Amino acid sequence: MALNKEEVAHIAKLARIRLNDAELAALSGELSHILTWVEELRELDTENVPPMTSVAAMRLPMREDIVTDGDCRDAILGNAPQTAKGFFAVPKVVE
Amino acid sequence: MGPGFRRDSGGEGVGGRPPVSALIEGRTGAWEVVIGLEVHAQVTAEAKLFSGAATAFGAEPNTQVSPVDAAFPGMLPVINRHCVEQAVRTGLGLGARINLHSVFDRKNYFYPDLPPGYQISQYQQPIVGQGRLVLDLPDGTTREIGITRLHLEQDAGKSLHDQHPGLTYVDLNRAGIGLMEIVSEPDLRSAGEAGLYLRKLRSILRYLGTCDGNMEEGSLRCDCNVSVRRPGEPYGTRCEIKNLNSVRFVMQAIDYEARRQIALIEAGGAVMQETRLYDSGRGETRPMRSKEEAHDYRYFPDPDLLPLDLDPEWVERLRAELPELPDAKKARFVAEFGLPPADAEVLTAERATAGYFEKVAAGRDPKAAANWVMGDLFGALNAMGLDIEAAPVAPERLGALIDLIADGTISGRIAKTVFAEMIETGEAPEAIVDRKGLRQMSDQGAIEKAVAAALAAHPAQVAQYQSNPKVLGFFVGQVMKATQGKANPALVNRLLRETLGG
Amino acid sequence: MSRLTDLTLAEARAGLRARDFSAGELTEAYVSAMAAARPLNAFITETVDRARAMAAEAAARLARGEALPLDGIPIAVKDLFCTKGVPTTAASHILDGFTPPYESTVTDKLWRAGAVLLGKTNLDEFAMGSSSTTSHYGPVENPWRRAGDNRPLVAGGSSGGSAAAVAAHAALAATGTDTGGSIRQPASFCGIVGLKPTYGRCSRWGVVAFASSLDQPGPMARSVRDAAILLAAMAGHDKRDSTSAPLPVPDFEAALSGDIRGLRVGIPKVYRADGMAAEIEALWRQGIAWLREAGAEPVEISLPTTRHALTAYYIIAPAEASSNLARYDGVKFGLRVPGDSLEDMYEETRAAGFGAEVRRRVLIGTYVLSAGYYDAYYLKAQQVRTLIARDFAAAFEKVDCLLTPTAPSAAFAIGDHANDPVAMYLNDVFTVPASLAGLPAISVPAGLSQDGLPLGLQVIGRAFDEETVLRVGEVLERAAQFTHRPSFIAG
Ligand SMILES: [Mg+2]
Ligand SMILES: [Zn+2]
Repeated sequence: MALNKEEVAHIAKLARIRLNDAELAALSGELSHILTWVEELRELDTENVPPMTSVAAMRLPMREDIVTDGDCRDAILGNAPQTAKGFFAVPKVVE
Repeated sequence: MGPGFRRDSGGEGVGGRPPVSALIEGRTGAWEVVIGLEVHAQVTAEAKLFSGAATAFGAEPNTQVSPVDAAFPGMLPVINRHCVEQAVRTGLGLGARINLHSVFDRKNYFYPDLPPGYQISQYQQPIVGQGRLVLDLPDGTTREIGITRLHLEQDAGKSLHDQHPGLTYVDLNRAGIGLMEIVSEPDLRSAGEAGLYLRKLRSILRYLGTCDGNMEEGSLRCDCNVSVRRPGEPYGTRCEIKNLNSVRFVMQAIDYEARRQIALIEAGGAVMQETRLYDSGRGETRPMRSKEEAHDYRYFPDPDLLPLDLDPEWVERLRAELPELPDAKKARFVAEFGLPPADAEVLTAERATAGYFEKVAAGRDPKAAANWVMGDLFGALNAMGLDIEAAPVAPERLGALIDLIADGTISGRIAKTVFAEMIETGEAPEAIVDRKGLRQMSDQGAIEKAVAAALAAHPAQVAQYQSNPKVLGFFVGQVMKATQGKANPALVNRLLRETLGG
Repeated sequence: MSRLTDLTLAEARAGLRARDFSAGELTEAYVSAMAAARPLNAFITETVDRARAMAAEAAARLARGEALPLDGIPIAVKDLFCTKGVPTTAASHILDGFTPPYESTVTDKLWRAGAVLLGKTNLDEFAMGSSSTTSHYGPVENPWRRAGDNRPLVAGGSSGGSAAAVAAHAALAATGTDTGGSIRQPASFCGIVGLKPTYGRCSRWGVVAFASSLDQPGPMARSVRDAAILLAAMAGHDKRDSTSAPLPVPDFEAALSGDIRGLRVGIPKVYRADGMAAEIEALWRQGIAWLREAGAEPVEISLPTTRHALTAYYIIAPAEASSNLARYDGVKFGLRVPGDSLEDMYEETRAAGFGAEVRRRVLIGTYVLSAGYYDAYYLKAQQVRTLIARDFAAAFEKVDCLLTPTAPSAAFAIGDHANDPVAMYLNDVFTVPASLAGLPAISVPAGLSQDGLPLGLQVIGRAFDEETVLRVGEVLERAAQFTHRPSFIAG
């Protein structure tokens, strides 16, 4: 399985990672190499084999509907690169 | 219904009668509108779906956010049992299949009000499968609309784009609140039906107490999938109109969008599948820029959670504990109280109204009870902008008022005065009647005096009586005036006839 | 008396209780060892003040005779565990300046047990690697050197900083995390003991996520007993982690009976597959012999799907990582590179914040989850994972544990495999299968390679049977008599 630069650019867009042309070229080689390597899985017959959902052999635990967290704005905003008036702030988004 | 609609039938429903559908007359002929709705209903709960932060509306920005909601490193989700219960109860209320095994998936996309970069939702295995919802159409008939599925998912935060010229502000108070996404089949055939569907769904949710249905506060939001086709032809390409927060806007948006698509096709163009926004100011829909770039959500099971396996006995217990829902209550009101279906529908639209009515009707004439509730009470509440929970008159007292009419203590006319006073003071009707001395006069002697006085005062009209019996009404008026309306009207009429006729 | 930093955790615990030395003295010894070890680049953050304060509290409890299980024991913590008020980096540029307002469950348990935090150790960025060379803070150096060759070697990864610190006596023990071998392989490379518990045994709450269905915290120490003592304090149910097992914590130390008579030990011949290095195979044979001498019964077993484990792992782990790392977007914490638009800000921030290996894995993970490829890659890999778990289940019908080498080689030179990701991934070939099945596994130093580097043997056990794993590990430890010391000892 080979990935050309355009395909890598599309994936990088999905992953929100800016890549220059040289990086795209290098990555298309590296990623193709990795994908070719994992190709070998195809030879294995997995007909009717359920995918693993979790190795933890247990039921999903549930919480009670009680407020136990929140009300800690300073802690929530404390690490943010940019805030204003108690909000996180980001470059303007046009809907 | 907007202008240009004419009633007609066509298209296929999932059950019951074929839909009463509004075809739109285009330049080149009739078009059928096909609508499916995705409703996001906020689960009524104290805490969020996967975190312990509060859900109350209107708090200061970012004060109801836990590190889990803000997707801090190493934070993990733990599901709120109550939200699961509410989803199951809603599914049961929609007559839907409950999936004892369901899975939470991650829906991956980047947006500032989605802190983890993914929304925990349910994709291929939702908690609730197919169900149905019954529409009560204006012509008195009903039609079943198919429910495709209901799944649990997290709400996103709130992005404010209008607070700063160069910045978008993000408030995560809403991020992580539990939502039920309720998806309908493309069974709706007009903006009107879409409105009926929404009102009915809202009524059911409020009966169940699983969502407060408050569209102003965003507890109930609607995405509309709209397409048009020639009657009988396969579905056309649909557009999704996102985040409509009032029934009116839903109907306006659908009307506009249907016409836009028809005009486009009739002009030789083609509808392209896209997400659009409704601009309520302009009354038009426009493409949503932020959604233009083709997205690929890369759903996969959330490895921080396990599949959700429900205990069948638990589900059955919830089924057994469901309250009586609008359709059943309406049917019962028709059967038990002999009310016309239209009245029964009005009285059962809200659980509180139905409860109020039943208290008033208990052991009394249900029609009289219905008239008082739908007439004088609703009138007064509307005038005061109150809803029934805040009614100043307790149902027992309205009932007592009706009793006073029934046992002849007061006349229907006096009752209106008493009711007005009750609205003012909340006093018991008996107390008002006594305080104001409004008891009906049924003492024959006193009334005979009043009658005699009235006849003596108007000899001319007495003379007219033989030729024109209508003057009886004039004398009834005179006697009632003389008795400040307290005279028993039946008695007054009898005595007048006897004396005039004699 | 030997130097304080030469004592094992068990010995130090005894010495503190016998008042042979104070918690303050022990911590000071390690504070200076940590400073002396700086050439190894094993620590990203040293927390000397906090260490002294914690030691003082421990000393007071010890003096009152109210000693907690780990009172006064100076440990290092992999910088993937969130520590309240102490910067937590995951060795990534993108977490610049991030200081958690919360303490991870595992470290919180350690402090409640009286342990002392020396510092946060270096690792592969976001724990993605097998060499601890992908850190934004530079590579970790292995305290070992090849005989007659002074080139710096990798400490293994991703918990290489913890392994190097413990091996160089710059920490008495350390926490690590293991996703595909990140505790066991560096333990093997540095000649120490590393245990990956059963998935769900130690809480993941507060541990920066790499691959959620595989990540598991565990102890790294200089002896099997030390690992057992540390694990006892780290383990236990946590209701904040939906995948944490609601099970009581056994007395792991008590499991070290030395008696493995009649125990059936599975030898998966498939591991011997295509060209295992002779010295690795020799060590494995030696290990089998030791266990037989101790009264255990080696049993050849087959794990047919195991040969596909590594490729399945390198689909599943990147897929989960691509989603887990989406939260690093310049909005809530860490690095932000300003941009004209939101999209610019996202893309520039993530491009600048993530190193080459993290980018590779995020992109691979994004690809295998994307429309049209999900079934062929992610779904397929999860099906393979089911088969691998079934293989182990079948094996455990016949045997009580498995013995394998930990890694296909000894530590390699810093820079090797740097530009061949797949060659680097092959380091995990023996450790990944247990990770995919969520099973407990320990690496115990068992011998030296021809050029004098430590090599480990791995014992894999049934789910939640860390006791057998520890018991067998200790028997190997005794038999191996691994007393070799690295060329660099800090304290
Ligand atoms: Mg949707
Ligand atoms: Zn939704």
